[in-house]
Amino acid sequence: MNRIDKLFRQKTGNILSVYFTAGYPKLDSTVGIIKALENAGADMIEIGIPFSDPMADGPVIQRSNERALKNGMTLNLLFDQLNNIRDEVKIPLLLMGYLNPVIQFGVENFCLKCSETGIDGIIIPDLPPLIYSEQYFSVFNHYDLYNILLVSPQSSDERIFAIDKISRGFIYIVSSSSITGTKDKFTDTQISYFRRIQEMNLKNPGLIGFGISNRETFVVAGQYSRGGIIGSAFVKVIGQEGNLNENVSQFISNLKEK
Amino acid sequence: MNFNVDERGYYGEFGGAYIPEMMYSDIKELKDNYIKILDDEKFKDEFHSLLKHYVGRPSPLFFASRLSSYHGTKIFLKREDLNHTGAHKINNTIGQILIAKSLGKSRIIAETGAGQHGVATATVCALMGMKCIVFMGQTDIERQSPNVLRMKMLGAEVIAVTSGNKTLKDATNEAIRDWIGNPVDTYYIIGSVVGPHPYPDLVTRLQSVISEEMKLQVREVSGKENPDYIIACVGGGSNAIGSFYHYLTNEHVKLIAVEAGGKGIKSGETAATMVMGRPGIIHGSRTMLMQTDDGQITEPYSISAGLDYPGIGPIHSYLHKLKRVIFDNVTDDEALEAAFRLTRLEGIVPALESAHALAWLGKHRFNKEDVVVVTISGRGDKDMDTYIKYMEKGIFNL
Ligand SMILES: Cc1ncc(COP(=O)(O)O)c(C=O)c1O
Repeated sequence: MNRIDKLFRQKTGNILSVYFTAGYPKLDSTVGIIKALENAGADMIEIGIPFSDPMADGPVIQRSNERALKNGMTLNLLFDQLNNIRDEVKIPLLLMGYLNPVIQFGVENFCLKCSETGIDGIIIPDLPPLIYSEQYFSVFNHYDLYNILLVSPQSSDERIFAIDKISRGFIYIVSSSSITGTKDKFTDTQISYFRRIQEMNLKNPGLIGFGISNRETFVVAGQYSRGGIIGSAFVKVIGQEGNLNENVSQFISNLKEK
Repeated sequence: MNFNVDERGYYGEFGGAYIPEMMYSDIKELKDNYIKILDDEKFKDEFHSLLKHYVGRPSPLFFASRLSSYHGTKIFLKREDLNHTGAHKINNTIGQILIAKSLGKSRIIAETGAGQHGVATATVCALMGMKCIVFMGQTDIERQSPNVLRMKMLGAEVIAVTSGNKTLKDATNEAIRDWIGNPVDTYYIIGSVVGPHPYPDLVTRLQSVISEEMKLQVREVSGKENPDYIIACVGGGSNAIGSFYHYLTNEHVKLIAVEAGGKGIKSGETAATMVMGRPGIIHGSRTMLMQTDDGQITEPYSISAGLDYPGIGPIHSYLHKLKRVIFDNVTDDEALEAAFRLTRLEGIVPALESAHALAWLGKHRFNKEDVVVVTISGRGDKDMDTYIKYMEKGIFNL
């Protein structure tokens, strides 16, 4: 069974998924951060494939992408770094990135590598659902890779149902009409959008992402979906001085504990 | 042969709309409405009336006799430089601001490289009383400062973009990010035949007025039914496709698109996408793209800010593949020399972008009786700092 399904079966609420950019802050930080996150109690990890032009990302993730590329990160190198990751790490791992590097790598080859590495899912914001289902579904499916699709406040009910229908694993509920970045609080408009989705009773579970930065927003995400995804706030943490493991474990425990 | 976009937004294998879900509703709204609006009689009247009385169209087709003698052929200049605001860019912004109005939008965003599209957008926003925000790379702000000041005088907010190479590609990223964050009240006026479907088709249709006029003018001014050549520079490709559009199915007319070679193809410092690129995805469109083996978009280089783009409109990738249009490139130095030559022989200071089209005249052997149309996409006022620098060095005192 895909580890993503297993996670959602075993844990009903407050699932914490964490994004970071591979190759940031140092080229060889990737594996250490993954282990630190699992040890600290993250439920799932989204490993960012750095891209020169991340159009759906805010300044924090943009800078981490730039840095990672300067450090020399490539998709080939990332797969090398993750080669033995499944010897130790048991939680679901996803790759998140933009379409062009994946296409240049070769979609079939990419899926094969993901499968060999033990990657469970992919998030590609600029791969629209229609193009995915027409062109890539069968190859993703062949390798049991879940392509996680996004819904946003502008998505109509009809469209959300259609996205749900072709989704596997979970649905990424983008919290606001915005690029990635941190916010301290959710607005009433956002809450009513979360409710709207909750009341649709989709077949896939949902996780809320974009704008989750602290315990308060994570708790709200857990009230209206199965949990939350943290990106920019975590990328800031790994960019800080000090002991990486301690920084990571402190950040995660602050999020999860009362 | 059909060169129009298909129902799904593709030109052959190129084009499409590779956009995140957060942009879907805006792109769908535009896609569902643009043809209806363009075909509406009220839109057509307003568009053509503004092109005539505000922009000053039709732009002349001028027989450049001294330049013709120099090159040993008959050269006609399509004078987009004489448009209000000094370039072809305003043909597009007039059309798109009317579309924005008809979609009920109140806030306009745009990206700009040379600043010509930014100025043209700020101008129509002032004309229509709309809020205008222009994203411009820091590098371009420095090399095109007169246009920055003009945009500000016109009431636009100019936002300096400091990511990446700080040029056109990065300004476009930032405009897209702004649109993702403001999906309800904002309309994005894109400046060339780039971006997700339906933009390439929309901008193509709006710029096609250039070749529509040419068809009458060539007959009138040259006496021939068709030109033998049409030459235009390409950044994203809007003045080029506008110049080619009504001749695409006429195989007697040779169509030449000139890219910015920068310091030369071999130097690596270039913006010649068709030579350096391979298919990839940039700004929501599948097209020829300068990129690394790893799929990272590379930073182009050109002396001309308006041609400094690592991609190209998907329709051009298609025309290139079909070999309907010949793509070539000229270097910074060749373009500069051509700019000084036109100035001295005809009393016309062209934009650095347009100078690339002119420079191709020196790279080809024409027959004496050939009718050669060169599109002067814009005037050189914005480039005076660069021209003066080279004049002072004495390099181009012809
Ligand atoms: C005068 C002029 N010509 C040409 C261009 C290139 O754009 P396009 O290839 O879309 O015509 C620009 C862009 O800024 C410009 O200002």
